[in-house]
Amino acid sequence: MPIPDLGILLFLGLCGLIVGSAFMVVTSPNLVHSAVSLLFTFFGIAAIYIYLYADFIAATQVVVYVGGILVLIIFGVMLTNKIENATITSKTHNQIPGALFSGILLLLQFYAIFNTKWLVNDNPEKSSTVMDIGELLLGKYLLPFEVVSILLLSALIGAAMLSRKKVD
Amino acid sequence: MDYIQPYLMLSSILFSMGIYAVITRKNAVAILMGIELILNACNINFVTFNRFGNFATLDGHVFTMFVIVLAAAEAAVALAIIINLFKNIGTVDVDQAKEMKG
Amino acid sequence: MTSALDYLIELLAFTGLDHSILVVLAIHIPALAIFLVMVVNATIAVYVERKVAAFMQDRLGPMEVGLFGFKGGRRFWGGIGQTIADAIKLLTKEDIVPDNADKKLMLLAPFIIFIGAFLTFIAVPFSENLVVSDFNVGIFYIIAMSSVGVIGIILAGWSSNNKWSLYGAMRAAAQIVSYEIPIGLTLLLVVIVAGSLNLGDIVQWQADNRWFIIHSPFTFVAFFIYFISVVAETNRTPFDIPEAESELVAGWMTEYSGFKWAIFFLSEYANMLIVSIVASVVFLGGWLSPLAILNIGIPESWMILDGPILGFFWVMLKALFLVFVMMWFRWTFPRLRVDQLMYLCWKVFIPFCLANLFFVSIWELISGTIFR
Repeated sequence: MPIPDLGILLFLGLCGLIVGSAFMVVTSPNLVHSAVSLLFTFFGIAAIYIYLYADFIAATQVVVYVGGILVLIIFGVMLTNKIENATITSKTHNQIPGALFSGILLLLQFYAIFNTKWLVNDNPEKSSTVMDIGELLLGKYLLPFEVVSILLLSALIGAAMLSRKKVD
Repeated sequence: MDYIQPYLMLSSILFSMGIYAVITRKNAVAILMGIELILNACNINFVTFNRFGNFATLDGHVFTMFVIVLAAAEAAVALAIIINLFKNIGTVDVDQAKEMKG
Repeated sequence: MTSALDYLIELLAFTGLDHSILVVLAIHIPALAIFLVMVVNATIAVYVERKVAAFMQDRLGPMEVGLFGFKGGRRFWGGIGQTIADAIKLLTKEDIVPDNADKKLMLLAPFIIFIGAFLTFIAVPFSENLVVSDFNVGIFYIIAMSSVGVIGIILAGWSSNNKWSLYGAMRAAAQIVSYEIPIGLTLLLVVIVAGSLNLGDIVQWQADNRWFIIHSPFTFVAFFIYFISVVAETNRTPFDIPEAESELVAGWMTEYSGFKWAIFFLSEYANMLIVSIVASVVFLGGWLSPLAILNIGIPESWMILDGPILGFFWVMLKALFLVFVMMWFRWTFPRLRVDQLMYLCWKVFIPFCLANLFFVSIWELISGTIFR
């Protein structure tokens, strides 16, 4: 019996984890369960980035999504519900149109994926992606970088302004 | 995995799931989770095309960084708005936020 | 630096097995080693913590339980079997789950915290070449993985369905997320100077120049900011408001008992060890002997104190000293209030870190042009 390549097995397992937990995210009636499933989705995606030779992006994914956004989302779930009832539920509507729409979208994307002649040239793994990303950020993409930092600052101030108590 | 299709399939599945969540959910935080899935799907695409495309530099990684930063900003502002919504109308059901409706 | 995993795969190659199977086999050895390190660390640290506490309060600490009939008398090492007895008690205790708790999440939460600590250990170097996997982005990976635990803490607090737990979890989350920023900024300072995210490269830079703590006034300040921040991030006294006994019973751990509580305990002490090792590797020269502290032309032949095996000794010596300092803090400083804690982070540490970052760049530019 030929032994399948470990990399492919692991990749399939990761895809299963991501798709399964993402399915939980979109369908689970309990919002906290959705948020916890999102944790596994984000982790799986970070591992997928490692397959794509993007180690720095993978670590960034964990820092920002797991350490930041997910904490915010869980806080949001808890703060927007009465604490007394432990089961935080979310009503759903439009299941059938939603499923139809996203299903058709998925089929269209698959059609595009399988009918395109991809110009695949497998770039070799770089020894260090950090240096290249840094040079691009402070060279070619300097203006977007600065704009994004201003945006982040204004988002910070805006979020603080929106959520603070009104002071008369 | 040295083929481009599995990555693209994965990202398209995630994208569709995100769209489904945005359409069907009523809770604003759940919709936000769907949006995060969509953004993640697009990030996977950026990095995939950077690996398999004809690029000498890591432009795709840089775009992914920008998307991650935007996602963080978006989540912070969205949650501030959602919490304000909860304070004002006592629920985060987006169908109930219809005071501006004529 | 080469990683222990590659070495193990080479070592196991004589069996002639397929490479995939070899990798699967080789992965288990470091995994087991990390788990053992965590368990041994927790057992010893609990005992030492009680003894240090007793010493500071002028009492004796645990004296009764011996090991194989050896009680140690009324000396310092008396009661040496106490933690083993404690561990047995914890593992055989009834596992209580409250009626209204979310049982699945309550089971999951300790494991998320544990996995966070476990995954961090993969990139933590214990000596030169003694690291499970040598990442290019090593230090960033450590920051990333140590931020996973906070999700477990929030879940533990929420799923217990207890107001003390929820308050503790909310406080812990706010505290950990806030104190991650000064930690990241101080480590960024080192990365700027050394020019690499790889921990091996950072230590090599210190071998070529000098230890980071005495490299410049700014890195000196950065070390203390880092250390205080990690004390806060590991929820140790004086920053233990998430589990303040006198206010919140035990914070987010209130409803946990037995095995799950033991896992919390294990991860907490593992986190203490991780942050201490990172501090010793990044700021205190890692596996370099104290002779290399300044690098003032000591001949190469004197450097017999360096090397992979003695390097382990130096890393652990520095790290365990820092762990001792954390225990020392616990019996020295009173607990901070919530607002004082946030004040310290957002209005003291973060401005100082940003100023540090700015001035260290100028310092490097100037010293680079003058001394080159």
